[in-house]
Amino acid sequence: MIKAQMKILTKRVVALDTIEMNLQNDYISKHALPGQFLHIQVGNYTLRRPVSIADCNRETGTVTILFRVSGKGTNELATYDSGKMLDVLGPIGNGYPINLESPSTVLLVGGGIGIPPLYYLGKTLKEKGINVLSVLGYQGKEHVFLEQEFLELGKSIIVTNDGTYGEKGFVTDFLDRIGLYDCYYSCGPIPMLKAVSAKLKDKQGYISLEERMGCGVGACFACVIPTKEGTGYKKICKDGPVFKAEEVLL
Amino acid sequence: MIDLAIELPGLSLKNPIMPASGCFGFGREYSKFYDLSKLGAVIMKAATGRERFGNPTPRVAETSSGMLNAIGLQNPGVSKIIETEVPFLANFDTPIIANIAGSTLEEYELVARSFNKTDKVHALELNISCPNVKEGGIQFGTDPQMAAHVTEVVKKASNLPVYVKLSPNVTDICSMAKAVEEAGADGLSMINTLTGMQIHLPSRRPLIANKTGGLSGAAIKPIAIRMIYEVSQQVNIPIIGMGGIQSAADVLEFLLAGASAVAIGTANFQNPFVCSEIIDELPLVLGKYGFTSVEEAIGKGIVS
Repeated sequence: MIKAQMKILTKRVVALDTIEMNLQNDYISKHALPGQFLHIQVGNYTLRRPVSIADCNRETGTVTILFRVSGKGTNELATYDSGKMLDVLGPIGNGYPINLESPSTVLLVGGGIGIPPLYYLGKTLKEKGINVLSVLGYQGKEHVFLEQEFLELGKSIIVTNDGTYGEKGFVTDFLDRIGLYDCYYSCGPIPMLKAVSAKLKDKQGYISLEERMGCGVGACFACVIPTKEGTGYKKICKDGPVFKAEEVLL
Repeated sequence: MIDLAIELPGLSLKNPIMPASGCFGFGREYSKFYDLSKLGAVIMKAATGRERFGNPTPRVAETSSGMLNAIGLQNPGVSKIIETEVPFLANFDTPIIANIAGSTLEEYELVARSFNKTDKVHALELNISCPNVKEGGIQFGTDPQMAAHVTEVVKKASNLPVYVKLSPNVTDICSMAKAVEEAGADGLSMINTLTGMQIHLPSRRPLIANKTGGLSGAAIKPIAIRMIYEVSQQVNIPIIGMGGIQSAADVLEFLLAGASAVAIGTANFQNPFVCSEIIDELPLVLGKYGFTSVEEAIGKGIVS
C-alpha cells in the first residue's frame, strides 16, 4: 500500500447514481489484486472513502473504480472531472484468493455496488482458464451496469428486485439455476451475504464486506466484524475485506 | 537552528509530536509508512485488565470538520500488550507512553501495576475520560473527587510518571485539573473527545451503534485551546495538548495556549504521514513566528 496521487483519466455515469472512473497510477495498477480497495480523500472531509477496485490494466497503468453516489463525499467525488488528481491510499486489504486447488467452475454472486470488485476477480479467473458463472442483483432496470462485461466472462443471470429487467427476485432465488460450480465468491449488502452463505453453506465460499471505515490501515478498530467462534473481531480493512464465508458472523 | 527538544516528567522528547492514543493502534500499521523513531513519543491504544472486544458497528461517523467514534476500548488486554506490542515499539528510538483504562478502581490499579513489569514503558496516560464504555471511564473523569482518587491509586501502584487525560465533558475543567494535580499527577493530557450524536435519516436512529460517540478532529480544536489556556494558568504540571491538530501551525497554537507537547489523533486517518510531516514543518513555523525553540513558545499566548 502506498499514498499516491491518481489522475482521473475518464469519468462516466454507467447507471443511476453510479459513476465509473479510470485512474492512473503505475504502482497501484501493478500491485492491485481482485478484492482490494482504494481509500480516497475527497475534498476536506475528515475521513477517506473506501472504494473497491473494479478493474485494472497493468499495461496502461490504470485502475477502474465504480461507486454509488450515496452521501456528501461520493456526491463531491462524482463532480470531479478528468485531469483532476486524487489523493489515494492503496491498494488496501486482502483480496479474493485466486489460487484455489484447481476449481474448474466458480460462481460470482453480486448485489448492487458490491458487483464491481467481482468483475476484476472474474476477469482474472477467466484468464487462468477457469469457467466463470455470475448471478447479479440490482434494485431495478436503471441500476444495471457491467452486464455486457459479465456476459463476456460467461453465463450470467441478471436479477432485479422489482422485475423491471432480467429475472425478478433476489440473487438467492437463482443460485441453483445457473449450473454447477465448485466454489463461490460474493460481495454485496450484509443481508444478501447472509442469505447467500446460508444457502451455499456446503460450498467453499469467500465474501467481501463493507463497513464505515476510519483509518483504512488497521489502526483505529472502527471497521470490525465478529468472528464465528466468538473469540473477537476481525478488522475488515486489514484482515479483509475478503473473508472465508464460515470465518465471520454476519 | 530551532530546538524542538522538550523535557517532561519521565520523557525526554526529541520533538513535541506524538500520535494520540487510540488513533495509532500499537504503531505497527504506521511503521510501514515511516520510521517511528522520528516521533517525540508514541502513546499506545488503551490497555484494560482483560481483553475487550469493544462496541458493535457502526463505530464511526463523519461530522462537519470531524468525526464521532465509539470503538469501546477494544484491546487485547494489558498482559498481551506488554508481551507483544511493547517489544515491537521498543525497537524504535522513541519513548513509549501506555494509556491505561478500567471499569473499576481495582482494574486501573491492576493495569498500572502491570506496566511496572517492563522497563520499556516511560510513562502512563491515565484514561479517565473515555465516553464510550458503559461503566467506569468517564465517571472517573467528570467528578473531581473520583478523578483524584483514581489518580492517587494509580500513582501508588505505578513507578512511572502519570499523565491524567482529562475529559472536556465537564463544566469546570480547572477544578478537575487541580484535583488530579493535588492527587499527585505528574502531568495532564487534554482534551479527550466530546460526547456527541448523529442521527441517520433513512433509518431514523442514531448512526453509531453505541448511540453516542466521541467527537474529534478539527471541530474540537477551539475547545481544546480554550481549556488548555485556562488550565495551564492554574496548575504547575505540564500539559500534553490534543484535539484537532492538523498542521505545525496548529501545534504552535497549542504551545502558545500552554501545552508543552502535543498529540495528533484523527489527522492520522486522513494522512498517515501527518506526524512525520508536522515534525519537518515545525521548525519553519516556529521560526516564522520568531521562536528559536519549542520551550520558548510554551504559554506565550497567555494574556494577563
